[in-house]
Amino acid sequence: MTKITYHTHDSKTHTIDVENGLTVMEGAVQNDIPGIDADCGGGMACATCHVYVKEDWLDKLPTKEDGEEDMLDMAYEPKQNSRLSCQLIVSDELDGLEVTIPEKQA
Amino acid sequence: MNKTDVLIIGAGPTGLFCAHQLGIIGLQCEIVDNLDKAGGQCIELYPDKPIYDIPAVPECTGEELTNNLLQQINPFNIKFHLNERVEELKKVENRWHVKTSGNKEFDVAAIIIAGGVGSFEPRKFPVKECEKFEGSSLFYSIKDKTIFKDKTISIFGGGDSALDWAIELSNTSKVNLIHRRDGFSGAESSVQKVKELNEQGKLNLYTKYQMDSVSGDNQISTVKIKHDEGEIKELQSDYVLGFFGLIMQLGPILNWGLNINKKTVEVNTENFETNVNGIFAIGDICSYPGKLKLILSGFHEGALAARGCFKYARPDEKLRFEFTTTSKAAQERLGVKK
Repeated sequence: MTKITYHTHDSKTHTIDVENGLTVMEGAVQNDIPGIDADCGGGMACATCHVYVKEDWLDKLPTKEDGEEDMLDMAYEPKQNSRLSCQLIVSDELDGLEVTIPEKQA
Repeated sequence: MNKTDVLIIGAGPTGLFCAHQLGIIGLQCEIVDNLDKAGGQCIELYPDKPIYDIPAVPECTGEELTNNLLQQINPFNIKFHLNERVEELKKVENRWHVKTSGNKEFDVAAIIIAGGVGSFEPRKFPVKECEKFEGSSLFYSIKDKTIFKDKTISIFGGGDSALDWAIELSNTSKVNLIHRRDGFSGAESSVQKVKELNEQGKLNLYTKYQMDSVSGDNQISTVKIKHDEGEIKELQSDYVLGFFGLIMQLGPILNWGLNINKKTVEVNTENFETNVNGIFAIGDICSYPGKLKLILSGFHEGALAARGCFKYARPDEKLRFEFTTTSKAAQERLGVKK
């Protein structure tokens, strides 16, 4: 189990134990954390699981595939620390990761 | 008024195969879709990407799957109503009256919602003031390009639509192309062309900028764009175009009295009927314990929903189970010549 912290738009903080192997997106959806739509179900075919990653985590995450940056063009208010949470697979290395869920996904 | 047995909402793979299943059991149907072509997510999101889990098809693309399904339903001469979104449903005695965004009306015995994750709508600017100008000087698609002649246009986006329109409009208009990063998702040849035009001064390219605000009286006059580092630039603009792809919205489906759970419609697994008699839901839009969002599940759900419609469309007849391999009636409907 790995601890992932989600900051939601209602200024709440949810720290969840997410099973390794799941994605950060699935961790949110399965625990009813609001603000992640994940319309395409994790296929990098939409941009509705968009999160902002806490700055000091940016370099520790696996680099983006081409398709992820393309999809982020479509996200609601993308920033330099934007990621698609369906592309972040939870592992021990991610223990303590903090992400902020944007105001909305579309 | 279009009178038919069943109206299918959504022309994705699930809706198309369901039309086939209705045809086999002798029911008529028509299909409405908000996009300008059949295929749904397969065509809109991944036409060229491979799919590996269609039973008995080791590999195919979204486009191939769509074309094969269209070929499979060809014998039934099904009428498609594209670029139409279903807006209203009304129960009239034992039938449903349906109205679309283009004011088409249908009189049907049953409705099958195969709407995927909702209808595709253009993704809009997050900046609030944009709404005020939408449709007059701010657009998410182009219907009449002549209005842009000799004007200043600010185009936002980095995909093919943004690049293609920037290139084309740069012939007759002053074009600013604004994109949030240096990389583009559009075709490499278009990216090169845009960079050339920028060097020749025929177009102004601003990368690592996003919209900050728009202002003007009735029409837009100024757009402010903000660099990643915080610097703000002011661009005089007569028109603003945003090309950020499409998003999926459940839309009017929310108003039909259906049990909705996390953007999906609850159904039973016997015939995929919703809590409202005569309205069925299949494919990605339906939910039930164990639901898998796979195309193959949509096919199964469509086969059962089609049979579920039979009692509404032919209340005085009994449906007999038959195989297409041996059923004379089914083969006649398919136009099989012996």
